[in-house]
Amino acid sequence: MAIFVDQNTKVIVQGLTGGQGKYHGLRNKAYGTQIVAGVTPGKGGTDVEGVPVYNSVAEAVKATGATASFVTVPPKAASAAILEAAAAGITFIVCITEGIPAQDEARTYNTLVRDFPKVRLLGPNCPGIISPGKCNIGITAGEIAQLPTAKGPNVGIVSRSGTLTYQALYELKQLGIGVSTCVGIGGDPVPGTSFIDCLREFQADPETHAIIMIGEIGGSAEEEAAEFIKANVTKPMSAYIAGVTAPAGKKMGHAGAIVSGGKGTAQGKMDALRDAGVKVGNNPTEAGQLMATIVAGLS
Amino acid sequence: MDLFEYQGKQYFARYDIPVSKGDVAVTVDQAVAAADAAGYPVVVKAQVQVGGRGKAGGIKLANNADEVRTHAGNILGMDIKGHVVKRVWVENASDIAEEYYASFTLDRGAKKHLLMLSREGGVEIEEVAEKNPAAILMLHIDPVDGLSAAAAKKAAVDAKIPDAAQQGVADILVKLYRCFVEGDCDLAEINPLILKPTGEVHALDAKVSLDENAEFRHPEWAEFQATVELDARELLAREKGLQYIGLDGTVGIIANGAGLAMSTLDVVNQVGGSAANFLDIGGGANADVMAGALEVINSDKNVKSIFINIFGGITRGDEVAKGIVEALGRVDLRAPIVIRLDGTNATEGRDILKNAGIPESKLTSKSTMLEAAEAAVALAK
Repeated sequence: MAIFVDQNTKVIVQGLTGGQGKYHGLRNKAYGTQIVAGVTPGKGGTDVEGVPVYNSVAEAVKATGATASFVTVPPKAASAAILEAAAAGITFIVCITEGIPAQDEARTYNTLVRDFPKVRLLGPNCPGIISPGKCNIGITAGEIAQLPTAKGPNVGIVSRSGTLTYQALYELKQLGIGVSTCVGIGGDPVPGTSFIDCLREFQADPETHAIIMIGEIGGSAEEEAAEFIKANVTKPMSAYIAGVTAPAGKKMGHAGAIVSGGKGTAQGKMDALRDAGVKVGNNPTEAGQLMATIVAGLS
Repeated sequence: MDLFEYQGKQYFARYDIPVSKGDVAVTVDQAVAAADAAGYPVVVKAQVQVGGRGKAGGIKLANNADEVRTHAGNILGMDIKGHVVKRVWVENASDIAEEYYASFTLDRGAKKHLLMLSREGGVEIEEVAEKNPAAILMLHIDPVDGLSAAAAKKAAVDAKIPDAAQQGVADILVKLYRCFVEGDCDLAEINPLILKPTGEVHALDAKVSLDENAEFRHPEWAEFQATVELDARELLAREKGLQYIGLDGTVGIIANGAGLAMSTLDVVNQVGGSAANFLDIGGGANADVMAGALEVINSDKNVKSIFINIFGGITRGDEVAKGIVEALGRVDLRAPIVIRLDGTNATEGRDILKNAGIPESKLTSKSTMLEAAEAAVALAK
């Protein structure tokens, strides 16, 4: 088991003929992901190193039975690409595009909720998702993810930051701890998938025995997750929050990472998580070490 | 991107939101000309992006040209909480019967637009929220539906805006919402939104923050960009296309990825140091990007050591190492580098650095983030 995606997930790549799409799409394929088709309007009938390209998502879905899509198109075209995938019957959409206007994100998210309630969007502006050994959609380097073991204990990872997601994977690999699924939800103001969505799945997944959560300053997603954890998550957790020293009013790279009006501080988020029983590390390595202690107690 | 009041008012005017007649001035003479055109009495307002300018003496009423001359002379160049006033906005003074508050933002928790409307305007909304939360109407708007004229009217009624002002407020709400959505604002706020004795409703102030991701569809934002106040380091970084924020410490930071960069700042702080900046070089850092980043850090006189923190995901360690070696050939650094290189191809990268013949006084390599932070902080002391 894993969450959201596994070895049976058939994936199309929207933007497979572009530089990013080709590089990451083929890398995902080489990892073992079932990349079954690409979509680029006007390039139907061609192929990218053996992967057939279609003009529309609908055609690609009809021909391949794909249920997931990897969206790697530029910011201007991303919203339309996401909605096209949803309309064509795709139920899991990973969008790595960075720089989509917040108004577009808000409209797209609410359109999905209303018209396509069964569709899950991961991102935008996220590194993607990897169920090690089974499926990798996005830009994560597959080799840094430790394979899960049949008897466990295995750890689920959910993170708002790209590089810190890799850092978490790497810390666990150094410690020899298996990963069930690692989800990067992205740092934008309106993420399609929240911490809570992932925590709920991890809690229900029999292959996940413990969870690492990586948050950052800005918004209230971590505080909301803490409330959820308190009420619903029984699996042990460790966490790390980036941005303790971030000055107020400055956007730290991610559109969502900003402390404003005294809200969204790292301290507030760490306090909320501790209060929910999560072990909080002061840096990513410490969060990994805390997890190692948790895992040692489980096995 | 935060706009100055005068830019916010100009932006509002594009969406037919009524604002006072006025103009911006950078000299006393211009201020007098603006006042003559606007009609007396006028208000002379310091243009700074910080609250409390009224209390600091940055907003003055002037009844004639001589008074404008005096006030503009005093206000231009004034230091308000560290912000030097470079411009004043001079506008026709309004008679005020009542003051309200209106704003639109994106509520990230609810993932919907949020209207905040209050009949208690003219004071900080945070203050109202604390003392009398019931006085603020909060209304979520589905971005797919938008805000109808009827819903705006109902909001005005529900917020207990007096009858005489309800229609005027509702009309402005519809326009302000259009400005917020089509104008790609993160925040569009009017405080105070005033009712004049003559019955008109009018925006007396403007606070607008724009979403920089939407810049591609707003060529009219170019003039706003020109007045963004950056320090010399930030200007250089922008020229080089780097995500840079200047801070006050002594350890220069370069990292790949915003999360890792933030985390690097934190770790430096934890071991007793302070960061001179936030700098995210993003994915796939090549020699050009690395050289540019080092140049920006090198331009900061406070920097005593440089901490390069790279985790190879998409970015490959060997590429980063080649970039640093090449960059060192192009930039003459004043401060020593401590590097932590991990992840994809990190071993190859460390070998490249080792074999490049760089003296240890210029570059040290550490295997973990914590060790590297400690070394960088020790060098900065």
